[in-house]
Amino acid sequence: MSTLSETRTAFPTGTWQVDPVHSTVEFSVKHMVVANFRGGFDAFEVTVDEGGIRGTVDVSSVRVSEPNLTGHLLAPDFFDAERHPRLSFASNAISIAGDEVVVDGELTLKGVTRPVAIKGSVGGPVTSFDGSSRIGLELETVIDRTAYGLAWNAPLPTGGFAVGNDVKLHAELELVLAEVA
Amino acid sequence: MQILGIAGSLRAHSLNAQLLQLAAANLPDGVTYAAWEGLRDIPPFDQDTEETPSVAVATFRSVVSSADAVLIATPEYNGSIPGTLKNALDWGSRPGATNVFRGKPVAVVGASPGAFGGIWAHEETRKVLGIMGARVVGGGFSLGKAPERVAAPDQELLGQLRDVVETLVFEATARVAAA
Repeated sequence: MSTLSETRTAFPTGTWQVDPVHSTVEFSVKHMVVANFRGGFDAFEVTVDEGGIRGTVDVSSVRVSEPNLTGHLLAPDFFDAERHPRLSFASNAISIAGDEVVVDGELTLKGVTRPVAIKGSVGGPVTSFDGSSRIGLELETVIDRTAYGLAWNAPLPTGGFAVGNDVKLHAELELVLAEVA
Repeated sequence: MQILGIAGSLRAHSLNAQLLQLAAANLPDGVTYAAWEGLRDIPPFDQDTEETPSVAVATFRSVVSSADAVLIATPEYNGSIPGTLKNALDWGSRPGATNVFRGKPVAVVGASPGAFGGIWAHEETRKVLGIMGARVVGGGFSLGKAPERVAAPDQELLGQLRDVVETLVFEATARVAAA
């Protein structure tokens, strides 16, 4: 279901902040060439307002199923969480046509800032049980992790590498309209 | 600023222990050096006792924790890391999330009579340290034809050692500043 306007060209006005309980920020990457490995982050903040979309992710909240892998992901081989505890995103330009969203912005990860192009969709607003106004925002992009210095890998016996370089970032966000003080 | 030296060989006249001594004799100002000589006393790794380790293991973890950076000099045995050194690193890697090597600047060098200086062992050691969560720094080297080079060290070798120590100091200083 949607309350979308076919002619919408902008987010609904106001300041929208993420409801973390009903939102996810996840990644997937090829593992052993043939399979998709998924993980996510449990701590993040996202704001949508007239200035665009801004978000930060607490890298130390990375979530995968194996504790030893979590430790390696936080280490200098990957995120280097000690020196770069957060990754961040800020939009430069947003194009909306109905429910389709295209965002150009900059992603900062491990101290490296690079442009990224994001595609996604927006839904709502809808009124929740508590009277709050909410929108849904789904965003997805693919980055080359090695461009951000996350370059660890291991060669496979018959060719290829254990971990792909392209990483899909996927956010499913439920955003709540902040009440005006 | 203290650098801990770990030799991967137990041999009395180890080339790698001598390499560490050369590094220790040419430290930058403000840097001290301590050699860890407890490798022989580390028991086989046993995950059942990783939280209640022997005194030798507890001491190893303590000296690594206290050091600002670690310089490892190791030989290559059969194309890889000496078992004694790998065993000690396995003890040092636990508990995984908070092990004493996590974030610690570590450099790996080594010496060997052969032409390639033990490069496979050094690459393997760096891989192990990276997975443990250490900050493996650049500048490490593998010294071939080592008996002659270590017995009469030239400026090139002393410069290489100095460079790797200075890289450790740089990374350790950055870590302290960020804390």
